[in-house]
Amino acid sequence: MRDLARTSLVPLPAKGVEAVGLVSVTKRFPGVVAVDDVSLGIRSGEVHVLLGENGAGKSTIVGMLAGLQLPDEGHLTVNGVPVRLASPVESLAAGINTVFQHVMLVPTLTVFENLVLGDAWWHRPPRALIEARIAELQRDFGLRVPLDAITGDLSLGEQQQIEIARALLRESHVLILDEATSMLTPQGADELGERMRRLAERGLAVVFITHKLSEAYRFGDRISVLKQGRFAGEIGPDALAAMAEKDAVDEMVQLMFGSSDTGLASAARQSRPRGACSLKVSGLSTQGGVEEMALSDISLEVFAGEILGVAGIDGNGQKQMAEAIAGQRPVTAGTVELESRNVTQESVGKRRELGLRYLTDDRLMEGSVGLFAVSENTVLKEIGAPPFWSYGFEKPARIAAHARDLIQRFSVRTPGEATPIGHLSGGNIQKVLLGRELSGAAKVVVFNKPTYGLDMQNIAASRQRIRDIAEGGMAVLLISTDLDELLELADRIAVMDRGRICGVLDNDATQPAEMRTAIGRLMVGEAPAEVDA
Amino acid sequence: MTASDTQTATTPSNGPVEVQREARLARFAVMTLGPIAAAVIASGLILVVFGINPITYYTFVIERGLFSGLGLEQTLTRMAPLLFLAAGLIVAFRAGIWNLGVDGQFLLGAVASAALAPALLGVLPGWIVLLMGFVLAGLVGAVWSVLPALLRAYQGVNEIITTLMMTFLGVSLANVLVKLVFLDPKTTVPQTRTIPVPDRLPRLFDSTISSGLVWAVAAVLLVHVVMTRTAFGLKLRTVGANPHAAAHAGLSVPRLTVAVFAISAAFAGLAGASEILGVNGNVRADWNPAYGLMVIPLVFLARFHGVGSIILIFFYSALLIGSESAARRVGVPQDFTLVLVATLLIFLGLAEWLDHRRRKGGG
Repeated sequence: MRDLARTSLVPLPAKGVEAVGLVSVTKRFPGVVAVDDVSLGIRSGEVHVLLGENGAGKSTIVGMLAGLQLPDEGHLTVNGVPVRLASPVESLAAGINTVFQHVMLVPTLTVFENLVLGDAWWHRPPRALIEARIAELQRDFGLRVPLDAITGDLSLGEQQQIEIARALLRESHVLILDEATSMLTPQGADELGERMRRLAERGLAVVFITHKLSEAYRFGDRISVLKQGRFAGEIGPDALAAMAEKDAVDEMVQLMFGSSDTGLASAARQSRPRGACSLKVSGLSTQGGVEEMALSDISLEVFAGEILGVAGIDGNGQKQMAEAIAGQRPVTAGTVELESRNVTQESVGKRRELGLRYLTDDRLMEGSVGLFAVSENTVLKEIGAPPFWSYGFEKPARIAAHARDLIQRFSVRTPGEATPIGHLSGGNIQKVLLGRELSGAAKVVVFNKPTYGLDMQNIAASRQRIRDIAEGGMAVLLISTDLDELLELADRIAVMDRGRICGVLDNDATQPAEMRTAIGRLMVGEAPAEVDA
Repeated sequence: MTASDTQTATTPSNGPVEVQREARLARFAVMTLGPIAAAVIASGLILVVFGINPITYYTFVIERGLFSGLGLEQTLTRMAPLLFLAAGLIVAFRAGIWNLGVDGQFLLGAVASAALAPALLGVLPGWIVLLMGFVLAGLVGAVWSVLPALLRAYQGVNEIITTLMMTFLGVSLANVLVKLVFLDPKTTVPQTRTIPVPDRLPRLFDSTISSGLVWAVAAVLLVHVVMTRTAFGLKLRTVGANPHAAAHAGLSVPRLTVAVFAISAAFAGLAGASEILGVNGNVRADWNPAYGLMVIPLVFLARFHGVGSIILIFFYSALLIGSESAARRVGVPQDFTLVLVATLLIFLGLAEWLDHRRRKGGG
């Protein structure tokens, strides 16, 4: 049994030795490959930064290291020995401690009670020993741990220190900090960085998960970049030490947003002369929340036959913008105009009727009802409307015929229209949703990450559909975190950062590298665009 | 259970549809009849422990509840309020709303109709009085759900807690109303004024069966059709299955949520009215049959299916009526039905878990 205060930090492997490793690890979720054949080595005495956008697979890797998820393929190693971490208890026993993004302490208990939680229940907690150890931690790492305070009264930064202290009280070889700075003030983040450095000096392997480039540079010894579930590259300690911050950021941008060489590089789409303005958004703002980006003063225009790409690091307000345009999210200011008609006050249904379609990025949780049949999902946005309902009564035969037609036209692979849609693969669900959005008189289609999590074949097919839609004279707003996709498809590319549009660039297919750099820099808010907006 | 399992395994397939239907039937047998059989056996063992022959007990219950004329009439009469409650629960559960406060809504509906009917009798024609009694009971039930509904719809407050709390308040309020406001001054026992038997809901044919049964069956069937065949039903089911998808599809989730509460609670109120206007004729102080808590497991057992619910409620009513007599004759307390139902629930949960595991293992 693990005893809290028995051991100190001593039994650590030598520096530079691999403490924990991932060997060709793959993890799939319904419809999405979250981690795709990733190998990583986490070494003692290093701060290893895992860098990547939301959805790049960082959290899934943390989940596997913490024993919350098991890899589908490949395995983990601890001190070079293959292990199976099937539960958090096993992960802790292997010396891996995780400090999650959201504090995992019981707010109503005292700090001391939180520290001894999960310890053996049959003896009194060794208060004196723990006090001594805490004093030691305070001296060595500057951790402030008021043992008798009620945890919920402390600030988030202080609570995080308690979690780190708890990790150190256990026999930790590896300390994982998952987006640990996201809840901290800049000063608090710097303190945490300093603390991580000292822990690494003591021989701990520290894994620091972030999507902030400057933190990665300042706090990390080694930076591994993940991109769409795949390992995109690494900057080793020597290389990193030799780089100035600007060069390092350039390198990271290159790794994060560079061409992923997926073999999908079809010819960039030729821009065509654009038609009338189909969608006009002016000064759109929304209310933010704890976990939601507020939109401020979003203005853009999409013309018939045009694809306007929206680039940006995930979570910078893209989803909120799409929802505000579709009518799902209340706006605090601004207007949405559809073919010169102000629809800001109209409902979701009315906007759809007028030809505005929104294909959500959340296929499973928002786009479809997994338990319902494919056929019901194809008419989910038209419940009660003729010809599928008459006088409020369902016409199952008409719905089934409509679904079969859609299945055929969009080549959905499904056992039948009565199959629950949750049983289909992500790509096939996406086809059903696309078919649903394109049925009837669509004029403007908003795509939110349409190819996210799909396999190669479906990505290519989806991109072709988007081309066809624009060819057909519809206006397309294409939100994507995949720069290759935007460069391939878009006529113009708007870049979002922290809820604002920080630039709109004309896509220049002849200079992909320059475009990439310009967009990447706008995305991370590092530099103003030199390309004219 | 095992028999049906092996049967499906060995039956030659006559095409995919046939196989599917057979598989579904087999699954129904295993998942519904299996737990029932297991519960009957386990409860029988408990009877054995107490020195009572379970076969005698069960035979008596069945004879008394199903096969004696009067018993059957009582069984059918008892079904009416249970069915109205089931109608309300099916709407709520299919829409993903856990309205566990039906007992409070039921009791307040009962008190409302018990207060209204005697006051209007003689002033208005009998059938209008009955109709108004039902309407008022439905309204009062719906009103009692407004608070949990608004909290759930606009603040996301868990309705399981709030509806249960409102039930405690509702039961107490009903009592206060009976004891202080609608008290019949002519009796010493605190109760509302009694509706004379001829003014209650008419009885069916020459029997003692209350015609509330007909309306109750109609209510369950109506609810079933609305929930499975209409646009409104699909909207409610969408909200229940995935509120995000519902909002994405342009449905007003808060408004539909409030509607579900109102409909569900109104049916609970109607259940109260059917019991008072059809059977009891008055509400006595401290009367709380807690029918809602009995019906909830049955509706679950029927997988929210209307016809299934009717069948199960029929057998459950027979059990209730039969065990009332059995309590007197065999000496098994009437509360033993609760033991039977509780065991049934445990086996139901077990079957669900086994099924889940088997499917997970299978693919």
